Amino acid sequence: MSLDNFITQLEEVFERDNGSMHAHEPFRDYDEWDSITLLTLIAMLEDEYSVTIPRAKFEAMVTIQDMFDTVKKLK
Amino acid sequence: MAIIKYKGVGITGVAACVPKNISRNDNLGDLIPPEEVQKVINNIGIVEKRFVDEGTTPSDLCFEAANRLLDDMAIDRSSIDMVLFMSQSPDHKIPATAPLLQTRLGLPKTTACMDLSLACSGYVYSLSTAFAFASQEGINRVLVLDGETFSRIVSPKDKVNAPLYGDAGTATLVEKGDFGTAQFTLYTDGSGQDAIKITAGGARCPATPQSVVSQEREEGNFRTDHEVYMDGMEVFNFTLRVVPTSVKEALSLSENTNDTIDHFIFHQANKFMIDFFVKKLKINPEKVPISLDTFGNVSSATIPLTIASRMKEALLSQNKKILMSGFGAGLSWATAVLDLNNCHVSDLVEI
Repeated sequence: MSLDNFITQLEEVFERDNGSMHAHEPFRDYDEWDSITLLTLIAMLEDEYSVTIPRAKFEAMVTIQDMFDTVKKLK
Repeated sequence: MAIIKYKGVGITGVAACVPKNISRNDNLGDLIPPEEVQKVINNIGIVEKRFVDEGTTPSDLCFEAANRLLDDMAIDRSSIDMVLFMSQSPDHKIPATAPLLQTRLGLPKTTACMDLSLACSGYVYSLSTAFAFASQEGINRVLVLDGETFSRIVSPKDKVNAPLYGDAGTATLVEKGDFGTAQFTLYTDGSGQDAIKITAGGARCPATPQSVVSQEREEGNFRTDHEVYMDGMEVFNFTLRVVPTSVKEALSLSENTNDTIDHFIFHQANKFMIDFFVKKLKINPEKVPISLDTFGNVSSATIPLTIASRMKEALLSQNKKILMSGFGAGLSWATAVLDLNNCHVSDLVEI
């Protein structure tokens, strides 16, 4: 599981251009972040990594790096 | 382990009734900003849904559906041995609603009647119960009445739930006959009870002056304690985890494949979720009927409403192999694999 590939997958989920998202950025700060993006994100994580993130862990994640680390741990 | 197989019992008829009142999702007012509403509709797939007039209950809708079904099929009412009423919105606390429907439908005193209570997994569970009774000596015909009126228990100021739910009542006739094996796999995870919940109104939290007041909750949503709460993220996590797995299991236990199943009828939660199942399970989308576009999510009644409103033509030919999957509050999920052979489907009733 590579961070670059993970970010590319997130860019698809967020429908943002390639290279427009970075590991240190808080993912909730993007304009595209809404409940539909959340559902798309959950589906991507389940589909690509067979991971479901419990709500408490999800609330604790701030940056893309946090999400990557959490997914890696749960995988 | 609740993996159940029945032989010589099947569904011979389905009917549904919806209210005439239509509520459109592009008209949600202040709840969802106009610039976002189309995105929401495209994702959930729900353009409009039906809602009852004040005073109309699920049993009223089920009554109309049952009347139509029994008349259309020319069923002698004295031949109904049992009525099961599946709903989480009974007419009264006491008595149960099935007896009220028994007398209203003109069924004999020899009819056994009882209520069952589950959310979106309810239809598959109630069918399994009906098949179990109809497998016994002494019971030939069971009428399953499944209805829900979520419009009465969803807060109009709750942006999570308001776009999703509609109202409907349905009737399904289950009887002995020349049917192959019907398989039911039933599951529960009560540790997820808080994911979808109405806390008040039962014995644990009776109504109080405070419980009926609409209060601000998470993310600016307003609800009373008598209106439904849903943790969308937990529910989504749950369904994506359990549904594809249990569909695969049901296929393998019944020695079926995607190719041998004619129709996959999923609980109509939202389009995004069904699309995910179709993709994940590599199902031909033409085998997956959709009724949520015009009726929304009708809780346990979605599967029979989908049959009644979308599958009349498809079921005209004989011997269709069907997989049904219901999942929701409880948490509870259930999958059935069964044959529909000469199944009567009545025209949709609108009141």
